[in-house]
Amino acid sequence: MARELTDKEVNHVAKLARIGLSDKEREKFRNQLSGILDFVEILQQVDTAKIKPLSQTTGLKNVFRQDMVMPSLSQQDALKNAPKKFKNYFKTKAVFDV
Amino acid sequence: MFDLTIRQTVQKLKNKAFSSEELVLANLKTIEKLDGKISAFLTVCSESALKQAGETDKLIKEGKELPALAGIPFSAKDVFSTTGIKTTASSKILENYEPVYDATAIKRLKQAGAILIGKTNHDAFGFGSSTENSDFKITKNPWNLAKVPGGSSGGSAAAVACNMGVFSLAEDTGGSIRQPACFCGVTGLKVTYGRVSRFGVIAYGSSLDTIGVITKTVEDAALLLTIIAGKDPDDATTLPAPVPNYLESLNKGIKNLKLGIPKEYFIKGIDQEITKALEEAIKKFEDLGAKTMPVSLPHTKYAIPAYYLSGISEVSANLARYDGIRFGYSALGKGAKTLEDVYFESRAKGFGPEVKRRIMLGTYSLSSGYYDAYYKKAQQVRNLIKQDFDKAFEKVDLLIAPVSPFPAFNIGEKAEDPLQMWLADVFTVTINPAGVPGLALPCGFTKNNLPIGLQLIGPQLSEPLLFQAGSAFQKASDWHKRRPGLL
Repeated sequence: MARELTDKEVNHVAKLARIGLSDKEREKFRNQLSGILDFVEILQQVDTAKIKPLSQTTGLKNVFRQDMVMPSLSQQDALKNAPKKFKNYFKTKAVFDV
Repeated sequence: MFDLTIRQTVQKLKNKAFSSEELVLANLKTIEKLDGKISAFLTVCSESALKQAGETDKLIKEGKELPALAGIPFSAKDVFSTTGIKTTASSKILENYEPVYDATAIKRLKQAGAILIGKTNHDAFGFGSSTENSDFKITKNPWNLAKVPGGSSGGSAAAVACNMGVFSLAEDTGGSIRQPACFCGVTGLKVTYGRVSRFGVIAYGSSLDTIGVITKTVEDAALLLTIIAGKDPDDATTLPAPVPNYLESLNKGIKNLKLGIPKEYFIKGIDQEITKALEEAIKKFEDLGAKTMPVSLPHTKYAIPAYYLSGISEVSANLARYDGIRFGYSALGKGAKTLEDVYFESRAKGFGPEVKRRIMLGTYSLSSGYYDAYYKKAQQVRNLIKQDFDKAFEKVDLLIAPVSPFPAFNIGEKAEDPLQMWLADVFTVTINPAGVPGLALPCGFTKNNLPIGLQLIGPQLSEPLLFQAGSAFQKASDWHKRRPGLL
């Protein structure tokens, strides 16, 4: 696993993450990300064959509440920071080609 | 008026020793005088603060009962949503974002009478250990302007050290409260995961993020936690455990407290002045009646990679919301032709380099073919880290450790090497994957007059014991009373 990332891999990850990169950024990140991946390699030393993954440390499980109507943001508030709007909707580019 | 605890300050307001307006003005004047040098604040809300002070003075004049934080000026890290007041996460992508609601912690502080005077600078989205990753400005360490204040909550810590607000509301995902508190010579509390609601706080790593405070004393931290802790229907991870009056934990002494010294935190490579200050602090705890003993947390060296892989994976998911459509910087109307262009260009222009790095690494760690080797592996190691703490706390009540292996470093020193910056968190990130609380306290100064800090670490929900031990230490020492020379 410890190896240099290729340009193709950096492009693939940037695409998955929806981040546009300049050529200069691509080269810089390729080096830095390879270095960091090399560093986290140390985890492979740990035998975790019988260890369960843990992400919720306090043990809380499904937290339920009554299904009741509660006050929510007004349409005006919800749209307050919208870069573009049309009537009472968010506006963006078309999702499908027409 | 700057050397008082919160409780003393409220008492003085009641006794009319000074008015709420005078108190707020004194803090605003300090900002005016010093913040040109320190750059702790991104936004100062003088007008709303003075208005609220007027309301507090009216309550006092009418002899009404005052809430616990009446008239207390405070700052908040710029990740806390504040209605109508810019909340930027120190990132260009939110440069002009004005929330339409208050974070629960902000709401609770306001209800208790506290007055927000401004929003503080930090590493964008909390990604950093020096505040140099802010997209807007670099905060300086008030003890030495050539040094960093720590991070990510560097603005909050510098503000409290400089009497710009009595306390600061901040956030700790991997040391973001404790390390800057240490670098700036103030007190920093990182709570048990889920103890304080995160509703309305801009997310970093949701399984790690905790809300806490940076204060001048342990007493203030105990009072504030009593107010902000507790279950919140808007944050399903908040713990149902009842919230005690943490002030009752103060001044009980620490006779027979079992204090563990984890050997993995006292290793070669730590600055010698820090080792010496910690030895003296341990001696002080012993003099106060604590029994110390060595313990081991064998997986400590894996904590940084396990923490970062967990954190950045959650970052890649949490920051997917910045899409240029609903809020934040957008490439819409700036030449983006397709929906994909809107995503790519909004995020390319809105995010700084560390944010891009973390999103990309997190995406990689969660991507098909790498998930088991990175994300899942990190969660397994995380379990072992938690088990280390569980085992240690079978033997001892609390742990004592340095906050940082070195004092505040030079601005620019680590900025170009992301990995070196990550390693600055070697003693602070360790506790977040386990969800346990920690309390950072000043415990000395280097010969160059930079603060040194210790941290007490306890099992989940042991905040009362942390306050008990922390207040005993501050009663017997005066490191926390020192203030930077520029004041």
